[in-house]
Amino acid sequence: MEYKVNGHTIPADEEGYIINLSDWSKELAEEIAKSENIEMTDEHWEVVNFLRDYYEEYQIAPAVRVLIKAIKKSMGPEKGNNKYLYELFPYGPAKQACKIAGLPKPTGCV
Amino acid sequence: MSEDVKKFLYVNRKAPYGTIYALEALEVVLIGAAFDQDVSLAFLDDGVFQLTSGQDTAAIGVKNFSPTFRALGDYEVTRLYVERESLEERGLSAEDLQEITYEDEDDDWAEKPSIRVVSREEMAAIMAEQDVILSF
Repeated sequence: MEYKVNGHTIPADEEGYIINLSDWSKELAEEIAKSENIEMTDEHWEVVNFLRDYYEEYQIAPAVRVLIKAIKKSMGPEKGNNKYLYELFPYGPAKQACKIAGLPKPTGCV
Repeated sequence: MSEDVKKFLYVNRKAPYGTIYALEALEVVLIGAAFDQDVSLAFLDDGVFQLTSGQDTAAIGVKNFSPTFRALGDYEVTRLYVERESLEERGLSAEDLQEITYEDEDDDWAEKPSIRVVSREEMAAIMAEQDVILSF
């Protein structure tokens, strides 16, 4: 798979996760989101940016229950819950949001 | 916890880089943590190098995964046993290890250290009380 952004071709694996994490940009994120049928809102960005910060600090994409717990801690229970996050990312907040954030598939995710 | 909970100990004996053992062990721990078991880690022999602070892998072209140990608390893995003799044999002490903490749910989320330096004798006792030991 690949994405096209501003005339550049960004390689991705067969599931759509980009190969080189350094290829990521906000424009690319919008493009990946489009292919996932997601329209990025401020709420989506909040989660995507949170994941990028988590990866920056710990070098892993967290499992979904860890993500939910971490969001609850930093943004409160109204955002740190299954319902809210699955409404934003219907195919799984860890899986889909990680893809948009340009991170590898979460460890343990099949 | 239910009666089905087993005590799992992941034993790390190898240096962090040069072989895939250390990274694979950590990935298995992160995956296994989803199954609500009682998980702890042991570091002995060259495995103690996995926890040293200030690792820089730029020159060998592999990812420095040592920050990931600090995420273990989020996965409810809160006990990292490090053998004192292994540290001393390598000229290391507890001060050479990175700080890893977890938040204690039963103590108003107080931050507590995850690393516990234990003697070889204590390590043997810890191993003896496990249901499952996975060695890497």
